[in-house]
Parts: sequence; structure tokens; C-alpha cells
Amino acid sequence: MDYFAQQAINAVQLGSIYALIALGYSMVYGVLVMINFAHGDVFMVSSFFCFLLLLVLPVPFGAALIIVMLATAILGVAIERLAYRPLRNAPRVSAIITALGCGLVIQNTTLSLSPYSQRMPELFVPVLQHFGGVTVSSLQVLIIGVSVGLMIALDFFIRKTRYGMAMRAIAQDRISVPLMGVPVNQIIAMTFAIGAALGGAAGVLYASAYPVISATMGVLVGWKAFVAAVIGGIGNVRGAVLGAYVLGAVEVFTVTILPSTYRDLVVYSLLLVILVFKPYGLLGRPSVQKV
Amino acid sequence: MMRWFKQPPPRGVLLALLAAGLAACFAIEQFGLVDDYVRFVLITLGINIILCVSLNLVNGWMGEFSVGHAGFMALGAYLSACVSVKWLGWGDPLWMFPLAVMAGGLLAGAVGLLLGLLSFKTRGDYLAIITLAFLMIVKSGIENIPYVGGPRGFLGIGNHTTLLWTAVWTVLTLWAIRNLVYSRFGRGIVAVREDEIAANAMGVDTRKAKLAAFVVSSFFGGVAGALFAHQLQFINPGVFDIVKSTEILVMVYLGGIGSLGGSILGAAAFTILAQVLQPLGTWRMVILPLILVLLMLFRPRGIMGMREFPWFVPRREFPAKEDKK
Repeated sequence: MDYFAQQAINAVQLGSIYALIALGYSMVYGVLVMINFAHGDVFMVSSFFCFLLLLVLPVPFGAALIIVMLATAILGVAIERLAYRPLRNAPRVSAIITALGCGLVIQNTTLSLSPYSQRMPELFVPVLQHFGGVTVSSLQVLIIGVSVGLMIALDFFIRKTRYGMAMRAIAQDRISVPLMGVPVNQIIAMTFAIGAALGGAAGVLYASAYPVISATMGVLVGWKAFVAAVIGGIGNVRGAVLGAYVLGAVEVFTVTILPSTYRDLVVYSLLLVILVFKPYGLLGRPSVQKV
Repeated sequence: MMRWFKQPPPRGVLLALLAAGLAACFAIEQFGLVDDYVRFVLITLGINIILCVSLNLVNGWMGEFSVGHAGFMALGAYLSACVSVKWLGWGDPLWMFPLAVMAGGLLAGAVGLLLGLLSFKTRGDYLAIITLAFLMIVKSGIENIPYVGGPRGFLGIGNHTTLLWTAVWTVLTLWAIRNLVYSRFGRGIVAVREDEIAANAMGVDTRKAKLAAFVVSSFFGGVAGALFAHQLQFINPGVFDIVKSTEILVMVYLGGIGSLGGSILGAAAFTILAQVLQPLGTWRMVILPLILVLLMLFRPRGIMGMREFPWFVPRREFPAKEDKK
């Protein structure tokens, strides 16, 4: 039982990080109906940003989080401006291909600059607390707390503010919304900035939880988050969070039962099964609000 | 002279050229006319053409977006390696190798049938996700089969992919896909791209068309994988990842969708570029996707998008010459 509880905490921790990344995929899909394949690599680069930042000057955790989120947001907006905006009215396939290409460019540039994985300096000294047989580190509490806080803030932003309303409006009808005076380009850029910043937060949290970072992380972790977004129903923000926690649980408990090499097999088979039976994810598409 | 390029040559000329080409391949192989490096590049070119044309069937003519082609390659490569090393290893490559390649192609084709069935439910982005999941499942599935070496890879595959075999399979692929897309049935595949619902309403069996496109495309993907395995003589699951799929995508969109001639040009350009950029190491994989992005931004149709060399078009497509009055 203790073992189970311990694994459950690990699952929530992993799920929280996936959720932050999955939100970026889902928001962009909701607004532009486009799979931003580069997002996983944006997440990966953000943990390298964090690494470089700590190499230059050892700032405390909170400062590092904010600086990296800002830097990643700038990267996200730059990709949107340079690669996606010119293609907004092109066939959908062009945008997917471009996104895939951008992701590979980022990944392989990082790989060329840093061929080996890097050991992250310790960002946060965890304190261990024992509750019966279960050990909870303060790092886990921090990760879960920061992620859940950001998710609640995002949900509030989307549902209660003018900008959030504009995002929802663009998701519903991109043709007539500019006629109502909504600055579509700015709102879309803002969506990319927020999505990338959340990915940046995930990068910092991931790097402090699993302190070995490498250029393939975008594929290994980022794409899992994409799977989470699809399982939840891509384009749906709450669905992305749900999918992320489902995926985190599936991964952690797969590894407790089967050898760890089966993890990807199980995850992607789950994706396939869900897409076959619920083609638009767990929280469906039609009746739910998109962002 | 230009007349020759504006319409296809008489059938005899085409066949004679083909025969001459195959004979040249045989001669090169038999008498060692080129050095090993050139031979390697030529074989790679042939394999790339097969990959590019077969993916073009799904991504170009049918207008879907599959990123799973490397998965079909992996299936073909691994099954053919099992046949040629483990099961029929005692056989003479002369009959055993074609058998192995066929087996690899057939397995890939059968799995392609499954993907085709899934494509009835979803289109576009979601189908792309399904092909991505398929690719990942194949890769991590193979990693968990110790019989074929797991993540360490499959060693000791014979060097059976000769220039002649590559040329034969390349011609076969081009011939099969040309005849498919210009057939009455194959126009259904193009109709799926243009407007599936309208095609259905006009009586086109779009389900059959989709299945055919997926099966044929994945069959030749498997064949290319088999040839690839017997060229490199060593395969591991890591080779058949999303990067390999992206390479094939670069070829398809560089050459242009829905074009046999474009596929050949795209594959040729990619093969040469990959060789030229070899000294750059991993930076090569920065430049190739960058080319893809720039292509999408500035010339989304590629070199020959939706156009075709008349030589690859069946003669009946051209109206009979009007008599001079």
C-alpha cells in the first residue's frame, strides 16, 4: 500500500509536468487548429536555457523560473512570427510540415552544440518528509504546487479576462472575429507566448526533478505530453490536464509492472486505442469550449 | 527534338531504354565499373526513389499526412533480415533474397492495410497522429523482441542488395504506382485528396481507394526497408525513427507532391545533398529540416508539384494527333 501511494505521488509529479507541456499543444491547436510539433523541442530548449542561466549566475529557483519562462516565451513568439504566420492561409499540411521541420531544427541545433547530456546543477535542495511509509520531498510539493498554480491561473485567464475571451472567440470563428475589432495577430502571438512560457516552466521543473538533460528530451518527454493532449482531446485545455494525469499514471504504473522498455509501447498503444474508440479524445470536441 | 519531351516516346523506345539501363546496372555490378562509394550512393538513390514515390502516393496523390513511413521500412527490413539470415540463411541469394524482400514488403503491406482501416475514421491531423503512434509502436516493439536483437540491433545481414536488384525494384515501383494513379480506380485516390465527400457522392469507393493507397505505399516502403537492411548489413530500431520519416518527407515535398518525375528529382537532390553535407556531422540534420521549412514558406509546391514529365504518363493520356488539314 505504501509502495502504491509512493508511486501515486510520482505519477502526479510526472503528470503535472506533462500537463504544463500539453497545455501549450492544446492552446495552439485550439486557436489555430494546427499541431505545433515544435513545442516539445521548445520545452527541451527551455531546460537548456535554465542550465545556461545557472552556469552564468546561480539565481534562486523562483528567479530562474521566471527568467526561463520569459526567454522561452520569446522563442515561441519568434517561431510563430517567422515560420507559422506566413503560412496561416496555406494548406494545413504545409503548417504541420513546417512545425515538424522547426522542431527538428531546434533539436539538432541543440544536439550539435551539446552532443552529450548535461548534468543540471542543483536548483533546489529538497527536504524529505516521511508520512508513515511514504516519503514526500519538498521538491515534489513544489513541482506539483507550481504546476497546479499555473494551470489554475491559465484557466482563470481564459475564462474571465478579455484576452481569454478573444482567444476563445478566435477558436470559434477566425473569419469574423477580426471584424469585431479583435487584434487576431496579437492574440495568436500571445497564445504562443503563453504556451511556450508554460513549456518553459515545465522545462525548469523537469530539470530540477530529473537533473540530466539532453537534446532528445523533446521527443522523449515533449511528445509524450503531446500524446496527453490528444488523449484528453486536443484543443481542450481541461482535457489536456486530464490526459496528462492519465498518462502520468499509466507510465508510472506500467513501469512498476513491466520492464521499463515497455513504457513507450504501452503509451503509444494507449494513444492508438483511444483514437480508435474516441477519435476526438476523452473530453470530446463538439460540446466543449475550445481555447 | 523537343517533340520527344512533350509527349511520351513510343513504347519500344521506352522499353529499350529500360533494358539498356538494367543492362548497364548489370554490367557495372559484374565488371566492377565504378568504385564502391559510387555504387553505394547509386543504391541509396534507388532506395530513396522507392521510398519517395511510395510515400508520395499517400501524402501527395491522396493528400493525407503520414509520418509513419519509416515504420514500414522497419517492418520490411526486420522481416527480410529474419528470412535471409535466420530462416533461409542456407539458401542461394539468387532466389532467397527476392523472397526475403517480398516477405518484408508483404508484411509492411498487411500492416498498411490496418492503418488504412483506421484512416476511415479520421483524417488530417488525427491520421497524422495515428501514423506517428504506429511509428513509435513499431520502434519500441522491435526494441522489446530479443529474437531480432532488441535495442542492440540485428547483426550479420548479408550484402545482397546489388545495383541490379535495386534498379529492378525501383522500376517496378515506378511502374506500379504510375499504372495505379493513372488507372480509373486510381483516380479515386486523387479524388480523396480533392474532395472526399464529393467523390463519394459521385460514386467513387473512397474506402477502397484509401486501402489501396495505404497497402501499395506501405508494401513498397517495406521493400525499400528490406533493400536498405541488406545494403547496410546492420539495422537497429533507432535507425527507423521520426528523423528517417522526416528525411522521406523532405524528399517528397522537395520533389513535389503527386509527381513521379518530381519524386525522382527530389530523391536525387536529397541523396546528393546528404552526401555533400556529410562532413557537417549532426549539423546536417539542422540544414535538411531547414530546407523543408524554407521550401514550405517560399515554394510549397516543390520542384515539380502536380506536374509531370510526359515520359511518365501513359500514352493514352495524350489526345491522338489531329490530322493536318
